[in-house]
Amino acid sequence: MSGRTSVPSGAGAGRGARVEVLGLTAGYGRTRVLDAVRLTVEPGGWLAVIGPNGSGKSTLLRSVLGFHPHHGQVRIDGVPTSGMPRRDRARSMAYAPQTPVLPEGVTTRDYVTLGRTPHRPLLAAPRGVDRQIVADVMERLGLERMAGRQLTTLSGGERQRAVLARSLAQQPRVLLLDEPTASLDLGHAQQVLDLVDRLRRQDGLTVVSTLHDLTLAGQYADRLALLSEGRVVAEGSPEEVLTAETLSTHYGARAEVVRGPSGPAVLPVRAPAADLRPVEG
Amino acid sequence: MTTTTPGARPRAARAATPRRGLRAGAALGGAALVLVLALLAGVWVGALPLPPGAVVATLLDRLLSPLGIAVPGGLEGTEAAVLLELRLPRVLLASLVGAGLAISGAAYQGVFRNPLADPYLLGAAAGAGLGATLVIAYSPVQSVGPVGIVPLAAFAGALIGVGCALALGTAAGGSHSPTLLLAGIAVAAFLAAAQTLVQQQNTEDLREIYGWLLGQLGRSQWSDVALVLPYLGVACTVLLFCGRALDVLAVGDDEASSLGVHPGRLRLLVVLAASLATASAVAVSGLIGFVGLVVPHIVRRLIGGSHARVLPMSLLVGGSFLVLADLVARVVVAPAELPIGVVTAFVGAPFFAGLLWAGARRG
Repeated sequence: MSGRTSVPSGAGAGRGARVEVLGLTAGYGRTRVLDAVRLTVEPGGWLAVIGPNGSGKSTLLRSVLGFHPHHGQVRIDGVPTSGMPRRDRARSMAYAPQTPVLPEGVTTRDYVTLGRTPHRPLLAAPRGVDRQIVADVMERLGLERMAGRQLTTLSGGERQRAVLARSLAQQPRVLLLDEPTASLDLGHAQQVLDLVDRLRRQDGLTVVSTLHDLTLAGQYADRLALLSEGRVVAEGSPEEVLTAETLSTHYGARAEVVRGPSGPAVLPVRAPAADLRPVEG
Repeated sequence: MTTTTPGARPRAARAATPRRGLRAGAALGGAALVLVLALLAGVWVGALPLPPGAVVATLLDRLLSPLGIAVPGGLEGTEAAVLLELRLPRVLLASLVGAGLAISGAAYQGVFRNPLADPYLLGAAAGAGLGATLVIAYSPVQSVGPVGIVPLAAFAGALIGVGCALALGTAAGGSHSPTLLLAGIAVAAFLAAAQTLVQQQNTEDLREIYGWLLGQLGRSQWSDVALVLPYLGVACTVLLFCGRALDVLAVGDDEASSLGVHPGRLRLLVVLAASLATASAVAVSGLIGFVGLVVPHIVRRLIGGSHARVLPMSLLVGGSFLVLADLVARVVVAPAELPIGVVTAFVGAPFFAGLLWAGARRG
């Protein structure tokens, strides 16, 4: 319980919100990338959006955040985000992109402090309360010793934690993570996902992430949505979504799904040598 | 347990922050002091030697006379005229131009997230060059009221150049920064070509045109100071307020949006303000290179990359830098003068190289 009280959650902040995506359609030019996507994430839930390359995962996140023009509606606790001022939206949703831009010559502490932007006047200096929240978040994520270091000198795992810290300093109700483990080795990937899971459970944050690693998705998220060619083709618990049939149909992959105690694991299976034929299409 | 941990934390936070604030404040104070010393050196040193004590007395006398306080021991006659009508406007103008170019350069570099950006990038220099060349070559009048026609044409040309780049960039792809940069390059190339054409058609004016292009402070008057001060004042104020927003923009457009900032609007505001500062600086001094590119880098090496600190610091350091460069330009081959643009590069390039080298050695 002591970990819980150190959470820098003011009144109402840190409580996860219900996220609803209703009939979301988006594209680039004339190419349609997302087609009437419909998803719901319960408060405090973790939805992992999975799908083959080019299925529209990142575009879905960017559309939910309002960066990408789209039709359809996104609701946070029933309130449509379309009419929301950008600052209000920034107070409810935080975003960590797949390849975060790390500014030069900026210390980790200053970077994490950027997360306070939607909570203070844009022209004003960080207040005492902002500094306090930043210090708390950095301590929670084990970044105190890197506070004065240049962001660009951090290792991959430390950078990912710094980005997470910035998102948490935002005190969002929903955390949107685009491939949070993209450039990390297995150990660091697990550390980051463990951390996200702990933060989610402690703060009741709602997490929506894309994850290309299906085993990690199956073990950490409580729900999966499989996106294929811009449509949600399967949604449900990891056990429901991760089956050999869906992987074969939508990924063109041969894999076994092994049931484990913390969720299904996907085991790729090499084709028997006799089966090797020229690839079709 | 719950009571001890939160109690320990604020102390650490409090210990860490004032030190940073103090250091930034000390750096700004130091830079302001250097600027004052540079200004004093600028009015003191020159072809006609002036006694430093009398210089200070004269300046104090003029400053305090509206309050009814007279300071004795000031300069008289020619010496007073040299100080008040030649050196003072020149030194003030040098500091204003240097400050304007340096803060614009820092702002451009921030807004385009490009360390090679400088204030002349979006067609301000090419537009000003074309405007100045046109009136030097073709204008029948030399001035409109007390203001020379060349500064006016250069000012208008710079704003038109940036305006074209912004219009083209917006039409081609919104305020997305690479598109805007490329539009600026296209506009600058076109205007520079037009300027070269006019210049080649009017070879008898070549010397004057060339002198303007190299940058000059030798003919500075109080009217020049009065011309740039309002525009520069407005532009620099806007830029100083944008520092924290630029820090947010540094993490990329998407992330800045997710933090509640409008990258497009911010970029437009900063580009407009920086271009206004550049246009007014260029109008009175010609194309002085190097200041806008290098001063922000020097500043970043001294105090780090945060725009909230880099912008005000660039303002002060840029002012001192150009005052001192102008001093060198006046002294080295006295009584003749070197073009100020040559000196900024001559003084600035080795200094910058030294900083790079020292930075590399430090690791």
